[in-house]
Amino acid sequence: MILEVKNIEKFFHDPVEFKVLNDISFGVEKGEFLTLVGKSGCGKSTLLYILSTMDTEYKGQLIIDGENVTSYGQDQLAAIRNEKIGFIFQFHYLLADFTCLNNIMIPALKLGKLSKEEIEYKAMEKLRMLDMTDQALKPASKLSGGQQQRIAIARALINDPLIIMGDEPTGNLDSKNTQVVFEILQELAHEKGQTIIAVTHDNDFAKASDRTIIMSDGQIVRGE
Amino acid sequence: MANSINRKIATTYFISGRKMTTVAIVGVLLGISIFIFMNSLSAGFDRQSSESFFKTTAHIRIYKDDVLSVPLQPENENSVLIVNPKVVPTKNTIDNPEEILALVKQHSDVIVAFPQVNTPVFYNNGKSQIAGTTIGFPPVEGNQLYKIENFMVQGAVQNLEMNRNGIIIGSGIADRMNLNTGDNLSITSSKGVNLNLTVVGIFQTNNSREDKSKSYVNLALAQQLLREGNTYITDINVNVTDPNKAPAIAEELSTITGYKAEDWKAANAAYMAASKMRKIVITFISFTLLIVSCFGIYNILNMTVSQKINDIAILKAIGFNGKDVVRIFVYQALTIGMIGVVLGVGFAMILVNILSHVYIGGDIGNFPIGFEPLVFLKGILVGFFITFLAGYVPARKAAKVDPVSIFRK
Ligand SMILES: Nc1ncnc2c1ncn2[C@@H]1O[C@H](COP(=O)(O)OP(=O)(O)OP(=O)(O)O)[C@@H](O)[C@H]1O
Ligand SMILES: [Mg+2]
Repeated sequence: MILEVKNIEKFFHDPVEFKVLNDISFGVEKGEFLTLVGKSGCGKSTLLYILSTMDTEYKGQLIIDGENVTSYGQDQLAAIRNEKIGFIFQFHYLLADFTCLNNIMIPALKLGKLSKEEIEYKAMEKLRMLDMTDQALKPASKLSGGQQQRIAIARALINDPLIIMGDEPTGNLDSKNTQVVFEILQELAHEKGQTIIAVTHDNDFAKASDRTIIMSDGQIVRGE
Repeated sequence: MANSINRKIATTYFISGRKMTTVAIVGVLLGISIFIFMNSLSAGFDRQSSESFFKTTAHIRIYKDDVLSVPLQPENENSVLIVNPKVVPTKNTIDNPEEILALVKQHSDVIVAFPQVNTPVFYNNGKSQIAGTTIGFPPVEGNQLYKIENFMVQGAVQNLEMNRNGIIIGSGIADRMNLNTGDNLSITSSKGVNLNLTVVGIFQTNNSREDKSKSYVNLALAQQLLREGNTYITDINVNVTDPNKAPAIAEELSTITGYKAEDWKAANAAYMAASKMRKIVITFISFTLLIVSCFGIYNILNMTVSQKINDIAILKAIGFNGKDVVRIFVYQALTIGMIGVVLGVGFAMILVNILSHVYIGGDIGNFPIGFEPLVFLKGILVGFFITFLAGYVPARKAAKVDPVSIFRK
């Protein structure tokens, strides 16, 4: 099992005490393409932030790649995120002052395992995969929403992470590009053994994935 | 590698935020250049005033202090003593000058020490007389201390050594009496001694009052003018390696010799107080300016951090830790600091250079300001320190950003 959560609970205290996540437990196998669905406001993003190690204020256990990271410090978690997790945000978050190419390269430069040339080559490869090579040297701020989302996907893939998490990774894409991204993700899962956990509102997207977890009011109702 | 990406990000922010960084750089530039300029000014004033000071003053003067009378019988429980202390009338000379001089010269910090006797005199010119003071000393040592040779317009100090009856006079006296070297001059002392001397040199300082009254003769001659023997010594002048250490050395000399040793700072307390006040004012102003420019940088970097709060959240999400974020913003601050300091040093040099060419005249000549390496060094260090500080505080704030709370917005 590449990722496992046990009895996750989370509260929001502001404005009133409110239990967003209630006793969430499930596991994800290596190479699995998992989707997470549920009504708006049921806690999908909140859960994903916990899975991605960015949110550390929760009860329960989080085990990634055999390591129980629940009690890890911020610096350790940052290193895990850099190396093992690729994250595609609900709203495409790019660094506006950098070119698309640089945006994609930054996580790899931070990891520092490859030379700059190798990283650049890899980044261009990802851009080609997403049909975005012509935008490589444009500043990230000058792209359309869908284009930005594809750059964010390329960035999530650059370090060949064990787990790729996406919060509506195709939310801004047309059906053609949604199809492209779906196929890329599926290929990564089935051929490269990378694990995909994606929140989605797109029923076709969910149906085509390996497994779907359905959430309601902070609880898993099906698909554990 | 991981560090170089931090630097790359810092550089990108630096360039993309040109307008704000330029303002911050100008802030550092002005703060540092004015800091350096003001402190150069202070150092220049100090140097100038101590230089003009030591033209006429030794670092330490040893003399016999007045002694107050003490009651013969101490006060006790049964009797109340009414005392009226008076200065005990003793000679104000140093009893054993040779011995004292030898003792003083043994001190490792002493460069030069010699006895001196001052006496008021009249310079006679036919029927008219000019009042003044003549200073008797051993010419070689005296010159070493007062640097008279720098002010000689005719003759030389060494001539005094060779001519026992020689006298070096101020240019004011020479002008008024139409004297040149080789001419004779008759002087009369307060004790009524009349001597006919040969002018062996003429000096001219920037102080016309001195030039119109002062003269130098051999020690023996001054003693003769006072009708005293060759053991009559009132003062011993001492110069030490570092004038700023004079107070401590004076205290040591005082205990060694048993005579009063007064350093130049104590002898000129009023002047020292004024100079201290000037220093405080300059320091105060320059630090105030520094604090203002420090706040300027702090403000701008704070604004940068606020603007980049989304970026910080993203960077943290993709694996940058708190230290990386601190580095990114501190790099940015230090780049601003470096450019600001370099330009500030250049600007300070220009200011100092301009002012050093301004002619003031009188005793001073050109404005007393110069290139003081130590002041510049201090300015550079202070510049880096304030930019680091002004960058570090917002950077710490940036490092604490919680990415999730940003993404939820
Ligand atoms: N900072 C917060 N403080 C208090 N309540 C919050 C906070 N953030 C989110 N919530 C609440 O928690 C619940 C879950 O939010 P979450 O963003 O996880 O929903 P979601 O399932 O991702 O919805 P969507 O599909 O619209 O993205 C919502 O009811 C939301 O109002
Ligand atoms: Mg959501």
